[in-house]
Amino acid sequence: MSYRWDFAPVLDNWQALAFGAIGTVRLFLVCLVLGLSLGLVVALMRRSRHGVLRWLAIGFIELFRNTPVLVQILWFYFALPMLVPVEISPFGAAILGISLNSAAYSAEIYRAGIQSIEPGQWEAARAIGMTGLQVLRRIVLPQALRRVLPALTNRGIEIFKMTTLASVVAYVELLQQGKLVASLNFNPLEVYTVIGALFFLLLYPLVRATYALERRLARSD
Amino acid sequence: MTGPLLRIEGLGKRFGDRSVFAGVDLEVARGDRIAIIGASGSGKSTLLRCINVLEHADQGRVILGGEPVGEEVRRGERTETRYSEAALVRLRQRVGMVFQQFNLFPHMTVLGNVMEGLVTVKGMGRDAAARQALAELARVGLADKAEAYPAHLSGGQKQRVAIARALAMEPEILLFDEPTSALDPALVGEVLDAIQALAAEGRTMLLVTHEIGFAYHMATRVLFLAEGGIYEQGTPDEVLKNPRRPLTQAFIAGHRRFSF
Ligand SMILES: Nc1ncnc2c1ncn2[C@@H]1O[C@H](COP(=O)(O)OP(=O)(O)O)[C@@H](O)[C@H]1O
Ligand SMILES: [Mg+2]
Repeated sequence: MSYRWDFAPVLDNWQALAFGAIGTVRLFLVCLVLGLSLGLVVALMRRSRHGVLRWLAIGFIELFRNTPVLVQILWFYFALPMLVPVEISPFGAAILGISLNSAAYSAEIYRAGIQSIEPGQWEAARAIGMTGLQVLRRIVLPQALRRVLPALTNRGIEIFKMTTLASVVAYVELLQQGKLVASLNFNPLEVYTVIGALFFLLLYPLVRATYALERRLARSD
Repeated sequence: MTGPLLRIEGLGKRFGDRSVFAGVDLEVARGDRIAIIGASGSGKSTLLRCINVLEHADQGRVILGGEPVGEEVRRGERTETRYSEAALVRLRQRVGMVFQQFNLFPHMTVLGNVMEGLVTVKGMGRDAAARQALAELARVGLADKAEAYPAHLSGGQKQRVAIARALAMEPEILLFDEPTSALDPALVGEVLDAIQALAAEGRTMLLVTHEIGFAYHMATRVLFLAEGGIYEQGTPDEVLKNPRRPLTQAFIAGHRRFSF
């Protein structure tokens, strides 16, 4: 079989794809920040002294870990507005689905990181008069975050790839735009090849940046 | 102030249904240096940790400078002691602790370790804190290691940094929990020298140790823990040279055999 590759129609539509890329990056950044910071909050709630907070955290984690993100996005987009009087944009539904799911997963990562810090670190910090919050902020979290950075990087990569799920509610992101271009020009081979390459080109530099961060943090070893 | 710097009244601690000690009374005057010895598991660490409330005693109380630590509240039949975070913060600035495993903060430089309490707890500015931390490091002979990370220090150096970190808070009492037990024998001396220098300054300290010879020369009083309490106490000569009770005698005999 000899197929003649023709990227010209793809390039002709570069504006549509650039639009999609912006949508992807925008959704990614919002979900990364929201997901990873909410995850830390949930992880801290999970080790709270107060039973109510603990159970809320556990319920949240299990709920969002054990349902598909795709279903969550659809639910927030179609079902939530039927329950409460809110209007939800595709962007909003995608943010909710992806961020909450990422928060649930990253909460477990943070928890493992915090638990891995030796009790002696807490004790030494308390023994010089630090409050629980100060110990967490100054002593435990900096070490825990360093240990879980590779796992958080994986989470970040997952978030980036999950942004494609937003196409299910017609949010304008790379895949959504790719589908559009491919259906107009009947050239799925070229389009999806380019889409794949674009994802790689966007993601790989970010991953490299986290490697550099890991090396920088390793200077105390 | 008259009266003892630290008084312990009827202190008791249990883990589950196992009592570690009960009814421990102790008075520590300013300048006292108290060595605490006893077999492994006799409750030496737990006793120290009840003093700075890393462990919550079940009975009795700790009185520092005439004021009880924590607040006694009645709960049905029993009274229990509650500790507010503010009270613990105040207490721990007055009572410093040095651990067997050093517990330095590995993500901070040596200087950062010593500065941490000054900046975070005492709210001192970074420049002033750095100056004071450097002075504390100089006292333990480690000013030249200020920029190093703990991972690059020997065990003896780590423990001296831990001592500097405790000293920086200017505590009135220092608690040492087997400060040389995790060290290679060759490194024990430098840490004992640092502690000896503090003793010479007249600092008040409680020292859990297996270095019987050091305890003999350094301590003003020796406690031997056994059978869930202070089994025997007295001057170093009384407890270490001429113990009166059988368990103390056996313990000292066992140690003498191994300390040529
Ligand atoms: N956190 C804890 N939980 C349960 N048991 C403990 C705990 N800490 C200490 N113990 C027990 O209390 C006893 C006294 O321990 P410790 O004070 O560490 O003794 P020492 O320092 O004299 O070796 C030991 O039997 C030990 O197993
Ligand atoms: Mg011990």
